[in-house]
Amino acid sequence: MEFDLSKPQKLLRETAHATLAQTCPLSRVREMMASETTHDKSLWQTIADQGWIGLHLDENVGGLGLGLVELTVIAEEMGRACLPGPYLATTWAATLLAQLANSQSIALLQSITLGEHTATVALLDQDSDWDIEQVQLQLRSTQSGWQLTGRKTLVLDAEASDTILCVVRQGSELAIVLVSARGSGLSLKKTRSLDATRTLYDVEFDGVSIAEHDIVAVGSQAREALEHSMRVATLAACAEMLGAMQWIRETTLDYAKTRKQFDRTIGSYQAVQHQCADMLLMTESARAATYYAAWALSASAPDADKAVAIAKAYCSDVGREVAHRGVQVHGGIGFTWEHDIHLFFKRIKVCEFLFGDATWQREQIAKLILA
Amino acid sequence: MDLTLAAEELQFRDTLRGWLQANVPPPWTQPSKDAESKQAHLEYLRAWQRTLFDGGWAGVSWPREHGGRGVTIIEQSIFQEELALVQAPERLGVIGEGLVGPTIIAVGTEAQKQQFLKPLLMGDHIWCQGFSEPNAGSDLAALGTKAVLDGDHYVVNGQKIWTSFGHVANWCLLVVRTDPAAPKHKGLTCLLVDMKSPGVEFRPLKMLTGDAEFNELFFTDVRVPVSNVLGEVNQGWGVALTALGNERANLGTGLYMMFKRDFDRLLERVQTMRRSGRPITEDSIVRQKLAQAHLDLEVFRLNSLRTLSGMSNSHAPGPEGSILKLYWSEMNQRNAQLALEILGLPGQSWDFDDGRWAFNYLRSRGNTIEAGTSEIQRNIIAQRVLGLPRSY
Repeated sequence: MEFDLSKPQKLLRETAHATLAQTCPLSRVREMMASETTHDKSLWQTIADQGWIGLHLDENVGGLGLGLVELTVIAEEMGRACLPGPYLATTWAATLLAQLANSQSIALLQSITLGEHTATVALLDQDSDWDIEQVQLQLRSTQSGWQLTGRKTLVLDAEASDTILCVVRQGSELAIVLVSARGSGLSLKKTRSLDATRTLYDVEFDGVSIAEHDIVAVGSQAREALEHSMRVATLAACAEMLGAMQWIRETTLDYAKTRKQFDRTIGSYQAVQHQCADMLLMTESARAATYYAAWALSASAPDADKAVAIAKAYCSDVGREVAHRGVQVHGGIGFTWEHDIHLFFKRIKVCEFLFGDATWQREQIAKLILA
Repeated sequence: MDLTLAAEELQFRDTLRGWLQANVPPPWTQPSKDAESKQAHLEYLRAWQRTLFDGGWAGVSWPREHGGRGVTIIEQSIFQEELALVQAPERLGVIGEGLVGPTIIAVGTEAQKQQFLKPLLMGDHIWCQGFSEPNAGSDLAALGTKAVLDGDHYVVNGQKIWTSFGHVANWCLLVVRTDPAAPKHKGLTCLLVDMKSPGVEFRPLKMLTGDAEFNELFFTDVRVPVSNVLGEVNQGWGVALTALGNERANLGTGLYMMFKRDFDRLLERVQTMRRSGRPITEDSIVRQKLAQAHLDLEVFRLNSLRTLSGMSNSHAPGPEGSILKLYWSEMNQRNAQLALEILGLPGQSWDFDDGRWAFNYLRSRGNTIEAGTSEIQRNIIAQRVLGLPRSY
């Protein structure tokens, strides 16, 4: 039994940390978050060249053939760097495409993993939650073929994406269709999300034509592929939160060791020490929960679904808590725009709700333990 | 990362399972109220220790040359898990096996090893621990029980408190002050004291649960032979820390199974309950609370596994033990409270499920005090893990 990263996994972490520290320092994060899409194509290419886009996917679709533990390592480092742009969205979309494994999706995946193409998933209807059964948006049959009219909300990084994987109904069946994000009949409306390093859009479809071959999955195949991709995306969100918690915890500790009040470092006071101790306990517990979920999912452990829900519920609750305490220990400077802590604070805050917050996840856990 | 057990660990588990199936006695169900039934219960527990010894399962983590089985820390955790799974009787020898024995092995004389280790494993010697005093709790090194040299004996006077097994123990690992002039950490000595010595008295200490799980011990002119000094004279603080390090490491493992059993009972219980005309398991607030208790428990399990895996690589209980202690003690308080909230007013009664939920709730308040308060654990984490300055 080994509940720790292997040597290659540790090396991957070090490489990712060093690469991102160099190519995406927080000054760069601030520049990117001031841009319209928060997406930087040259940085994206660097990430793709490392093989980190779809690294958990098979080599025949352009992945590195690594596992979900490795994906978690990379996503954690991206959270720790507060990397802007469509990594989470693309990871979700690529995982979904890999599940479908038809020629259409494989061709798309190969260009996604090369960094040439980006994609996102449009799941949420107006007023729906993360239960995929609530999807209502209908694919309509017209004389000129299939058409889509209606709206998807809170779509991650839609403007930085080339393709939107849209979850719809074909009759009563769940279906996944590929839509060009720049095609006619489609308009994007950006939401001013709390986390300015990542964008969310309402996507309006007005008679968008869907070719038959762009309906890439229907019925149980669509459902199962979507469910699996959401477990992986949820895991990646946990890992991002974990990385952000790690940054806050370390930065706060450094601050407590140097900031002086009453002629002593504030870290010499027990009131501050206990905050730091709690932040460590929460971050390390979140780490245990997240990496266990990664392992359970990759090993197809019987409790894998529950492990992901537990990781997300736990990270959502303690991520927020670590962020709050980090700001508190920093005092006034932690409340300024100038200090970087709010970037991580807000990244955690939005991740808290993505793929279901703690309350939503607890209901999923309840279903599993009361079944 | 790989959380599957190795082939030899699986084999260890299967051998143990087979042995347990044939040897675990039926659970003790009689209430132990009067002296006679208490004595019978004690004999039952002593017999279980002897059965373990005869089967080669006493002191599993001890080295073979000292009568143990020399198993790895992972196997030790499997051992505790399996015993909990079959609801084996509680271990009378936890203090002896987990804390005193390893310390004697580490610093004891050859004669002490000969005299104490085997009777301890056989269940003939039951040990208690005389550390805390009314005025020396978190600040253990401030303890005032005195031992004065008189020929080839030390003469001990003082009082100890919070002694588990004090009423059934025949031996005590006692920390005393032998040099009142030295700084507080440097004048302490550990003694191995025969509880039948003249001048040793104990009084049960009733807790707010109503039970008397602990005792107060009184020492009046108790004579202890010099040969029963454990480690060096005036080096007792280091010896006590060795013992406490073992205590903290041991308290973590096996606890999960106990808490899990409580949670499974709660889950079973709620499925029989109705409120406002419908099963309470349909109430979304109850569902939230059940899920929260479950996930908290699961995060504790994962923290334990991770600590275990770390200890298995480093071969030493580190200060990370403090994170685990802090986690489980506060988790158990949260979950004991959640259980009461779910069960409602009936659940808190001593007449509901034999007072299980009332007892768990009350007993859990001690969790953040015993074996180092949460405040002390946070100090340890801040100073020894995070490198912040000492603050007390």
